[in-house]
Amino acid sequence: MRHTMVGVRSAGTELEAKGPDLGRTTGYAAVLSVRGLSVRYGRSVRALEDVDVEVPEDGVLAVLGGNGAGKSTLLRAVSGTLKLHRGAITAGEISFDGERLDRLDPAVVVRHGVVAVPEGRQVFARMSVEENLRAGGLGARSAASRTSSRDRVRELFPVLAERAGQRAGLLSGGEQQMLAIGRALMSDPRLLLLDEPSLGLAPQMVGRIARIIREIHDQGTAVVLVEQNATMALQVADHAVVLEVGRIALSGPAVELAASDDVQRLYLGGHAESQAQADAEEAQARAHRGRRTLSRWAG
Amino acid sequence: MDLATFVQLFVNGLGKGAVYALLALGFVIIFKATEVVNFAHGSLVLVGGYVVYALKDTLGWPAAALVGIVSAALAGLILERGLLANARSADHNSLALLTIGVDVIITEEIVRRVGADIPFIGDPYDSQPIQLAGVTIFRTQAIALVVGAVLITAFFLAFRFSNWGVAMRAQAENKEAAALMGIRSSRVTATAWLVAGALAGVAVLFMATQDFSGAGLGRGTHAIALIAFPAAILGGLDSTAGAIVGGLIVGVTEALTSANVDFLPFLGPEFSKSAVFLVMLVVLVIRPSGLFGTKELSRV
Repeated sequence: MRHTMVGVRSAGTELEAKGPDLGRTTGYAAVLSVRGLSVRYGRSVRALEDVDVEVPEDGVLAVLGGNGAGKSTLLRAVSGTLKLHRGAITAGEISFDGERLDRLDPAVVVRHGVVAVPEGRQVFARMSVEENLRAGGLGARSAASRTSSRDRVRELFPVLAERAGQRAGLLSGGEQQMLAIGRALMSDPRLLLLDEPSLGLAPQMVGRIARIIREIHDQGTAVVLVEQNATMALQVADHAVVLEVGRIALSGPAVELAASDDVQRLYLGGHAESQAQADAEEAQARAHRGRRTLSRWAG
Repeated sequence: MDLATFVQLFVNGLGKGAVYALLALGFVIIFKATEVVNFAHGSLVLVGGYVVYALKDTLGWPAAALVGIVSAALAGLILERGLLANARSADHNSLALLTIGVDVIITEEIVRRVGADIPFIGDPYDSQPIQLAGVTIFRTQAIALVVGAVLITAFFLAFRFSNWGVAMRAQAENKEAAALMGIRSSRVTATAWLVAGALAGVAVLFMATQDFSGAGLGRGTHAIALIAFPAAILGGLDSTAGAIVGGLIVGVTEALTSANVDFLPFLGPEFSKSAVFLVMLVVLVIRPSGLFGTKELSRV
């Protein structure tokens, strides 16, 4: 059963004022809680500023925004890999199930049940598919969970079993994305962080990945989905936030965001007068282009 | 050169090559795990050798050899944990320079402690040649070949099939992705230095002998250890298999050219040392990433 109890406190921008009432905070217990998070790269590049995000036990949260909005930075901060990019948290805190994550090594974050699939898939290209999955299982909490995770991955991605001995670098883009997600699932995460899983994929494959994300969620794993493909993300997510130059510009239930004029205009490229028109335009655009981009950054 | 001489040179060259392969393998393991070029590898060799030299009379050779191997491994670990791990933000070139400094300090200290003695430490096998079908084989090189084959096989089995090997290869390929899989980078790095140090500790048991080069425990052995660099580079800096092949090529090249100086006197008696680097240069001109250096295989 799906829950839609994802809440986000907006940092109070112009966009929020113009948009619908999407910034309300709900009264549930969040499994992931990001409060007042600010991140810098080096001494002067501010990537995130006072960002609050909450994700419940079994929610799907979409994080939308253009290049440089801070989407990947948010995932890096949660997964503990900021240091690898010479970034640092300057304020705020991140907690998962009541425990602070923001000072932990990435490997320890994984053991807490939070696993990220980085942008660009980043499979171990010189290793086989099977070895990639095995590497993913190194972060599992027990051998039993590793075994059950392997069964789950085989069920979700039969193609990976067929290509077990093949070098990961020789898989197609879609298969690599499946492998990247499957590898992350090997440690049986409670929260899966996905960074642009649709990037560079054919429209048909984007739809397939979207269905897989929903299936993963239905099996009880919470998901944070960072995407530029707003159409796909809003179809998959329960709730969404829109980041703009490091701040939350819009937030709320995905259905409401998809229908809002601001999101239509800024992120879905439409000026719909009605939901029906928006749907029709969306279907038409998908037929022609397959993947819609955020119009604000389309040039 | 008759066949018997060729076989003799070739087998002895392979024995030397096995030792170079152990050194080059350690060098490559560290490079794969950390992307740092460890110029202190020669000093790890001397640490192991010095411990054997200092303890063999009291503990007996086998126990001293074991303690020497462990000491070299720990020296590698201490170097990584004590210095490199604390300078993580420094770039790889700076860390490589740091290892040069460490190398100079450790080498000078051991040379000072050993003094003018320059001992040999291969007691059970040194200077006891084996006669086999008219061919003379140095016992040191023969045992080195067997030990090298066993250790290299064990390493590759572990590298291929153990969780450590999977973690090591994953980190070597993509540090961030490995960290996101729950692989602890610090542990992988520490074990890489530990294994490399242990291999250096084994190598010195054969290097600081009369049979190997006549250079005892001191600057001579340290200089020989530097041959691990061309072995690793011509094999491909990021290739463990390349390190083995590179080591064997270096060993055989050195052995064959050292015997041929009589026929090519204008090259001088020390040509075998130059020949190794000459082979490296030729390989790099033809294959800039070394014989087995990584070529990206990605579907685009």
